[in-house]
Amino acid sequence: MKQLLILGAGTAGTMMVNKLEPVLDKDEWQITVVDQYETHYYQPGFLFIPFGIYTKKDVMKPKRDFFPSGVDVIFSGIDKIIPDQNQVLLDNGKVLKYDFLFIATGSKINPGETEGLQGEGWHKNIFDFYTIEGSLALAKYLKYWEGGKLVLNIAEMPIKCPVAPLEFVFLSDWWFTEQGIRDKVEIEYVTPLPGAFTKPRASKVFGDFLDKKNINLTSDYNIARVEPAENKIVSWEEKEISYDLLISIPTNMGDPVIERSGLGDELNFIPTDKETLQSKKFENIFVLGDATDLPSSKAGSVAHFQADILFDNFLSIIDNRPMKAKFDGHANCYIESGFGKGILIDFNYDTEPLPGKFPLPGIGPFSLLEETKMNHYGKMMFRWMYWNLLLKGAELPIEAQMTMAGKRV
Amino acid sequence: MSQIEIAELNVDLDDQGYLTDHNQWTKEIAVAIAGEEGIIELTDRHFVVIDFMRKEFKETGTGPSIRRLTKQSGVPTKELYALFPGGPAKKAARIAGIKKPEGCI
Ligand SMILES: Cc1cc2nc3c(=O)[nH]c(=O)nc-3n(C[C@H](O)[C@H](O)[C@H](O)COP(=O)(O)OP(=O)(O)OC[C@H]3O[C@@H](n4cnc5c(N)ncnc54)[C@H](O)[C@@H]3O)c2cc1C
Repeated sequence: MKQLLILGAGTAGTMMVNKLEPVLDKDEWQITVVDQYETHYYQPGFLFIPFGIYTKKDVMKPKRDFFPSGVDVIFSGIDKIIPDQNQVLLDNGKVLKYDFLFIATGSKINPGETEGLQGEGWHKNIFDFYTIEGSLALAKYLKYWEGGKLVLNIAEMPIKCPVAPLEFVFLSDWWFTEQGIRDKVEIEYVTPLPGAFTKPRASKVFGDFLDKKNINLTSDYNIARVEPAENKIVSWEEKEISYDLLISIPTNMGDPVIERSGLGDELNFIPTDKETLQSKKFENIFVLGDATDLPSSKAGSVAHFQADILFDNFLSIIDNRPMKAKFDGHANCYIESGFGKGILIDFNYDTEPLPGKFPLPGIGPFSLLEETKMNHYGKMMFRWMYWNLLLKGAELPIEAQMTMAGKRV
Repeated sequence: MSQIEIAELNVDLDDQGYLTDHNQWTKEIAVAIAGEEGIIELTDRHFVVIDFMRKEFKETGTGPSIRRLTKQSGVPTKELYALFPGGPAKKAARIAGIKKPEGCI
């Protein structure tokens, strides 16, 4: 029996299991998947929890619901990958052998990387919303907050879902308006990027939205430390910004198991071929989702497109054929912009987000880089698609490769 | 304007002012670009960073992130920002004559 071992059953790992299980010959292949937790969280839902739009139960389901029978599922922490021996050691003492290894251990926030961030203010008037604990604690806090200065700070790039911080301030503007206290709240968006977003045209559009919504933008700001006693953040160049409420997107890093295994870069992301998703060091290791060091966005939609590519390539490899499918960096992100509207961006490695229309057979078209009600429905529909189609590896009416159709250059 | 000053030293720059061929780089060019970036004098500490960036670029094809810089070159983050105010990774890359570091999308 040949062994395909998948590490991490989050968005990418679960999807991959479901795509491959029906097609791999059961007399030849055993698929094993390992994860430390039994609960699957719909992470895009963490954005909505602080504003009372989703509750905890809207964003969690048992992982077991998403594994086809015939797949060997192990719940355990992963201690170490030993690529030279094609082995993985688990926290529960087991040693797993593999012929092929897919690593999908994702990325997570590391507040400990910024001095003072996890100090006395943490989850008192400093919150994250990238974890279930953070978003629930923030929901409680916001319910009773009477206003003041809200500062959202991105510690360092890259972060997963790079649009989520923008969505957070857009939703804040809407939510405080609904609460009748918008005039008592000052919102400041503080980012290490040179503008509101990574790419020029989208950056301009989002910058205009911030303006329109009366949200101040501070760019090129690299945080060095938080001084919780003084309620201020300080940059490496000693620029101070005071806050009453700090929403932090701490440094995102790959899991420590990657570091323990000597497989990662400084942020524990794994050097990966941009097109084939093969590890740059080991031929029988592939990496997908947030765990890679690719310059593509770290997003569920991206993990989905990658899974399509890896699926094709893996079937070629086991037939001893060359890999033909190429990942182009495609990302497709709905951005909640408040007041029941949304914005859609669709882009890849080479093409920045452009305006125009996005055709989606049977449902679309959606407007690109423009605020519409339809895009908001797209965003809200995504949760249903995620649980019912995406994780189950179903075909979606959207191609893995980006298309220029509808885009205005 | 920047183009002309450096063009006298015969180098090709892209539209953002980065050298298109890192082999054309010389210390004089580094000094000229640094001047444009508002850095009046390039000290030994600047050159620790610049040399590291060039070495890294030759080995990997891209400039290092700030994290990698501090971890591998031994220059602490705080000092890095003091040496290259306003964005060490980008500024030092320009002065070191290598491509602008690739951001993420
Ligand atoms: C607030 C927020 C909003 C977002 N919004 C969107 C959005 O609107 N659209 C979108 O497309 N994406 C969005 N994302 C991003 C999306 O959730 C991620 O990109 C996606 O989940 C990545 O999938 P993954 O499988 O790579 O990682 P994950 O889904 O995080 O899975 C990694 C898995 O590996 C396991 N694991 C890791 N290390 C170990 C170990 N040592 N031992 C055992 N198990 C381990 C973890 O337990 C986890 O289950 C958002 C994310 C956040 C945080």
